[in-house]
Amino acid sequence: MTRRQLWQRFIAHLDRPLLLGIALLLLTSLLVLYSADNASWGQPLRQMLNIVVALTCMWLIANLPLHYLMRTAVPIYVLGMVLLVGVALFGEISHGARRWLNLGVMNLQPSELMKIGVPLMMAWYFEKHEATLTLKNYFIASLLLIMPIALIARQPDLGTSLLILASGFYVLFLAGLSWRVMGVLLVAAIASAPVMWSMLHEYQRHRILMLFDPSQDALGNGYHTIQATIAVGSGGILGKGYLNGTQTHLDFLPERTTDFIFAVYSEEFGLLGSLMLLALYSFVIWRGFVITGNASTYFTRLMAGSITLTFATYAFVNLSMVSGILPVVGVPLPLISYGGTSMLTLLLGFGMLMSIETHKKLVKT
Amino acid sequence: MKKHVEFKNHQREIFHFQLRLVVSIGFVLLLLAILLVRLIYLQAVRHNYYQTLAESNRIAIVPIVPNRGLILDRNGVVLARNYSGYTLEINRNKTIDLEATINELSTLVEVTPKDRKRFKKLLAESRDFQTLVIRSRLSDEEVARFAAQQYRFPAVEIKARLFRDYPFGEKTAHLIGYIGRINETDEALLEEGGLAANYRGSDYIGKTGLEQSYESDLHGTTGIEQVEVDAGGRAVRMLSHTAPVSGNTLVLSMDAKLQEIAEQSFGNYRGALVAIDPNNGEVLAFVSKPGYDPNPFIDGIDTQSWDELNNSPDVPLNNRALRGQYPPGSTIKPFMALAGLNFNTRKPEQTISDPGVYYLPGSSRQYRDWKAGGHGSVNMFKAIQMSCDIYFYGLATELGIDNIFDYLSRFGFGKKTGIDLEGESSGLLPSQEWKMKRYQQIWYPGDTVSVGIGQGYSLVTPLQLAFATATLANNGVAFKPHLVKEVQSPRSSENRFIAKEPLYDLNIGPKDLDLVSRAMVAVTQPGGTAVYASLGTPYHIAGKTGTAQVIAMKQGEKYDEKAVDERHRDHAWFIAFAPAEEPRIALAVLAENGGHGGSTAAPIARKVMDYYLLGKIPKPLPDVKEKEGIEHD
Repeated sequence: MTRRQLWQRFIAHLDRPLLLGIALLLLTSLLVLYSADNASWGQPLRQMLNIVVALTCMWLIANLPLHYLMRTAVPIYVLGMVLLVGVALFGEISHGARRWLNLGVMNLQPSELMKIGVPLMMAWYFEKHEATLTLKNYFIASLLLIMPIALIARQPDLGTSLLILASGFYVLFLAGLSWRVMGVLLVAAIASAPVMWSMLHEYQRHRILMLFDPSQDALGNGYHTIQATIAVGSGGILGKGYLNGTQTHLDFLPERTTDFIFAVYSEEFGLLGSLMLLALYSFVIWRGFVITGNASTYFTRLMAGSITLTFATYAFVNLSMVSGILPVVGVPLPLISYGGTSMLTLLLGFGMLMSIETHKKLVKT
Repeated sequence: MKKHVEFKNHQREIFHFQLRLVVSIGFVLLLLAILLVRLIYLQAVRHNYYQTLAESNRIAIVPIVPNRGLILDRNGVVLARNYSGYTLEINRNKTIDLEATINELSTLVEVTPKDRKRFKKLLAESRDFQTLVIRSRLSDEEVARFAAQQYRFPAVEIKARLFRDYPFGEKTAHLIGYIGRINETDEALLEEGGLAANYRGSDYIGKTGLEQSYESDLHGTTGIEQVEVDAGGRAVRMLSHTAPVSGNTLVLSMDAKLQEIAEQSFGNYRGALVAIDPNNGEVLAFVSKPGYDPNPFIDGIDTQSWDELNNSPDVPLNNRALRGQYPPGSTIKPFMALAGLNFNTRKPEQTISDPGVYYLPGSSRQYRDWKAGGHGSVNMFKAIQMSCDIYFYGLATELGIDNIFDYLSRFGFGKKTGIDLEGESSGLLPSQEWKMKRYQQIWYPGDTVSVGIGQGYSLVTPLQLAFATATLANNGVAFKPHLVKEVQSPRSSENRFIAKEPLYDLNIGPKDLDLVSRAMVAVTQPGGTAVYASLGTPYHIAGKTGTAQVIAMKQGEKYDEKAVDERHRDHAWFIAFAPAEEPRIALAVLAENGGHGGSTAAPIARKVMDYYLLGKIPKPLPDVKEKEGIEHD
């Protein structure tokens, strides 16, 4: 094989428009991290390492034929469940929550695995019963969704459990769950809200209450929201300029390399920058929908749609949290926030999208 | 549940899925729209608001407290100054167990029980976020010892501060006053006066005396430093700096040495002395005895010392010169004489016979002269010289209370002089109207008789009497008494002198003035009531003695000094001006329970005038033996 052929083989399963969008977002991430880390290379370099690892995994998944991917569904799900039970029994407690499992060599957060595992398992289940779908199948699929969520919510990790709930719900929705059932579920959800409220932890209730009036506790729970909103608002149309954000560089913004990185970005790049970032996200999401539309099998359609919608949800939840629409739930900004685990999960998802897009001709009958 | 099997319809399924996909896209678009609206709202619509918040986040305004103005006497002697020193301060918010912290501190730095008491009082009065002084004026050794152990006391810090100091202590306490910590009342007043901004960072404010009345001059203008701070409150860099402007320096008309001599001349007597330059109203000495040390008041006096001062029978905290109200006694006689001449009630040469007792027409009530048997045949000159009561009983009755009130109020009796100190008393010049209002009683002729010799309802402050004497000395031209001569600004172009314009001219006839002034000189000459006052002086002193009764005598009862408890003895007055021909100093002296003006008050006046006019520093005078009849008033 010539070098050219090798290169062709190498990029054969990479979806170029998607890769372009992802690359631009990752570059933005490095740019903002440099500023958020007070103009130091510490976090950008480590993030670069995260990116390299995650891109490699993405490439591997993209090259994995779909039937192999399908075969991983059950093992991943079962492993995830075992680990979640393990966490509930032997997990490490940090910040009052039991989320991590110490495996001796590394700390593992099994809930991250389930972000992929749950929709994968559900899509696999629907694919298996595609020919004879009844309400019972939706019910079983829902059980597959609810079991891990219950374990994660108990940790407690409200943010992650809600996001997994969303990704699972997208599968149900795309699989054709009837509108009437969804209506019933919605009514039931609203009716059970008071019960849910009473089951929430004190700090979780605070976060929700803070949303309505953050100034009530300006130095406590409201501090994050207030300072982030100030950063975004003071950015104005054109922003304060790269490395010139006062909220960022004078330490007023908390968690500014992770959950609140958007505040750094929009303080320095203003509304114009914010719009450009939204456009980039829209581009990636649009490409995801195109891939979903092109997908040839039931499994791939469900998987691609769920991945795309979940990605959109992540971005929306984080951006709303930073700009004060939603309570602080601890969701990173996808592809921008510092962090290896979420980077890996996201790029694994994009790897699947690429695999779906590039292997469809082989599957199509 | 019945099993319902549906066969696969590929086309239909694709259609359904695409419908769901469209709904999904719509959902994402909705989320996008929400974000767009929110971001436009935050970054475009509300930008200015958040911009301001971000600025106030990052910019801290640090006030720079100006140095308080100095207070100097007329010769530049420092009466109030600032010096830098170290204090140990506790941040009460960071301290969980204050008691334990203080106990631990006391192993390093001396903390006396007095310090603890003072601290407790401070704690009760202060607000939450203040740091409180536990010890001030640390020695260098104490500073070093604490600094080495500072890590053990996260809430305690050493601060370099400027301290106020009054080197003359109790000698000048009643006129200089003192500064103290700004309390909530002060704060409310500052807020009301729109001065709160200028007091950001200031801990002290004038509480009494000149420190209070010239607060706006002494405080100065607070400087401002704008610094960029990070979230931890640490200053990152300075953005702008406006230097503070130090307070103005007060140059007093008072002469510190004269003040000291006056103070010492009182010996063990309580009382007051006010000396004024009659030509311009400058106050040369302003004494209230006993004084108190104002220095402990600055950082809050401890309760025990405060109680001692407050409950002392000597009432050292009372400013007798400014607020003490006493019957003027016979010192009113020269002014009464001028009233008689003014209304043409008595001719100067007109004589009356003094048998020692006076009766109102148609009354049997006796009004006695201080001298049993009387002074015989008396004209106005002699009446002043010998302080003949009978003469003035008659004069008062003939004048009537309305004329007396009219004329005496021209000399400032019953009114505040308007001196540059706060809290002045106005004394009391009785009138028919006043009595009706106060007692719902008509004015009786007998009331007028008492007023004629400065007893009855009449009350004056030493300051008032000094002011009236100065006006008399200056031929009826009055100047408002003032302690501050000049206010010196750091920018010398803004220096200002306290006005020298006369208040008014009483237009007293020169002959009348001449008579009264000659009679007053005769008071200090052989045959007068204060002969020892001017024994051997190269200048002439015009004076008048007086006695203010502390307890009322019953009809027919004779006052016997030796039989009366010391604190119930009469107060002694002496008013004087000198040199009589061209007066440069006018004064009023009150010696509480001093008995006779001629023997106790006059010698004090003499020493003050000797120093002021001759530069003579008094030796301890030989005890003046009383001569019954001559010294007596």
